[in-house]
Amino acid sequence: MPRFSLYQEEYHPSPLQHTWLAFRQSHVAVIGLWILGFFATLVVFAPLIAPFDPVQQHTDTLLIPPAWEPNGSIEHLFGTDSVGRDVLSRLVYGCRMTLGISLILVLLAMLVGVAIGALAGMTRGVRSSVLNHLLDSLLAIPTLLIAIIIVAILGVGLVNSMWAISLALIPQFVHNTRDFVRNEMKKDYVTAARLDGANKVHLFFITILPNMVEMLVVQGTMALSIAILDISALGFLGLGAQAPSPELGTMLSEGLKIAYMSPSSIALPGSAIFVMVLSVNLVGDGLRSALRNRMRQ
Amino acid sequence: MTALLSVQDLTYTIRKRQGWLGSEERFTLSPVSFEINAGETLAIIGDNGSGKSLLARLLVGAERPSGGHIFLNGQKLDPFNIKQRCLNIRMIFQHSNESLNPGLSVGRILEEPLKLNTQLDARARQEKVVNTLKLVGLLPDHQFFYRHMLSDGQRQRVGLARALVLDPQVIVADEPFAALDPSVRSQTVNLIMALQRELGLGFVFISHNLGIVRHISDRLLVMQKGLVVESGKTETVFNWPKSEYTEKLVMAHQSLINR
Repeated sequence: MPRFSLYQEEYHPSPLQHTWLAFRQSHVAVIGLWILGFFATLVVFAPLIAPFDPVQQHTDTLLIPPAWEPNGSIEHLFGTDSVGRDVLSRLVYGCRMTLGISLILVLLAMLVGVAIGALAGMTRGVRSSVLNHLLDSLLAIPTLLIAIIIVAILGVGLVNSMWAISLALIPQFVHNTRDFVRNEMKKDYVTAARLDGANKVHLFFITILPNMVEMLVVQGTMALSIAILDISALGFLGLGAQAPSPELGTMLSEGLKIAYMSPSSIALPGSAIFVMVLSVNLVGDGLRSALRNRMRQ
Repeated sequence: MTALLSVQDLTYTIRKRQGWLGSEERFTLSPVSFEINAGETLAIIGDNGSGKSLLARLLVGAERPSGGHIFLNGQKLDPFNIKQRCLNIRMIFQHSNESLNPGLSVGRILEEPLKLNTQLDARARQEKVVNTLKLVGLLPDHQFFYRHMLSDGQRQRVGLARALVLDPQVIVADEPFAALDPSVRSQTVNLIMALQRELGLGFVFISHNLGIVRHISDRLLVMQKGLVVESGKTETVFNWPKSEYTEKLVMAHQSLINR
């Protein structure tokens, strides 16, 4: 006997598929996703895509202009810099470094921040306050200043700037998570879950976490664009990644010295940073409205 | 024969201080005692702030009483042991909308209590969820739905299904019909009465709607400012109210009907 079914379509989209359907409505966001996907490909497959080693110096071909200039060569598509390194390879590796490190930093900050925030949200009284305001002083100081302090203590380097940025990103995750958990704990569905006999761990991971995705996405994309900008800013100031390593900010500051001879040496890494941040923001914005819209149809 | 649910001298005191030097505000639920047998319905009526919802929350264990005991089938319930209680006493919330998790599908919402409280495997849980959905008049397909896809009446049914999924003996409902329009309300009332007959449930419900109270309840508890003003068989209370407050409530109700 065929099963009685009121609905013609036997297809039940999951929340993820709902989000994707809503996300697709916005063309700008989809374009942003394509661009971000392109950068993600660079991050993963950089060694396969880049034609040369990013630090290899071709001493016979110094400062070759990009291929579209009259005296450029197709061997070096974006030309070479003042010591003969292939700019295209450096850009590819630069995207890998900047975006990859930013992603790791944001994930780390999110993990730590959400853990502390959840603990602060589920507990009460002094313990909750201490956890909540543990890292507040970091909010008052700009990231760059924290980085300068850390660099002054530990010395210049990429790893030290990574510490600085992830420390600066954590407090906002703590605060947002705590406020969110506090608010949700008052709602009836959490009481219902508590009456089902759920303990606190279960309450957070099964009951509250599915509703927190929207907040995490919004905070995560914001943190990602901040991290990209900060990593390249520290590289540009010479506090983060050091000279030979292909990092977009560092490349920018190197290109500044020869900007009059080859403008492309600052235009290319600069626009790479710009497009990267733009695509992250487009995707974040699209995701936020998609997550909001899937709840009301 | 022992009663299904018996409450003895349940009290609760809450103190709220406003500001540092502000006066202390106290609310006390005076000793409440009542009994329900299987298949019986107890209605609690009273105006806002009379402690009706608090009594419901005490019964299901969301709040801890200051004194008194609750017995289920003659066995005393431990106020700290939620697991023991939630298998037998389940709650239906007033706002079905807020009481359903927006991030979980109906199937998951119904499955969670089973996961936490029973030893059923995945297939048995699935079967139980589908059966419960059918019991409250929903389709098996509704397990894939999320809160925002359901109408108010359907949400209330899901709330009822969540209460029923653990095969409880007593259901406590805090104004379950308040947010529903009249046609859906009468549907839900009839559904609950049918289920009660079928499963032999004890049913405690709080309502402002005296028409429904008179229609479905066997006993009545009238509350005012934390005090039990009157209790007894519904028909007795409606026909021969003893206290002035109950008389006023009944008069107001009668004047609405006979208009």
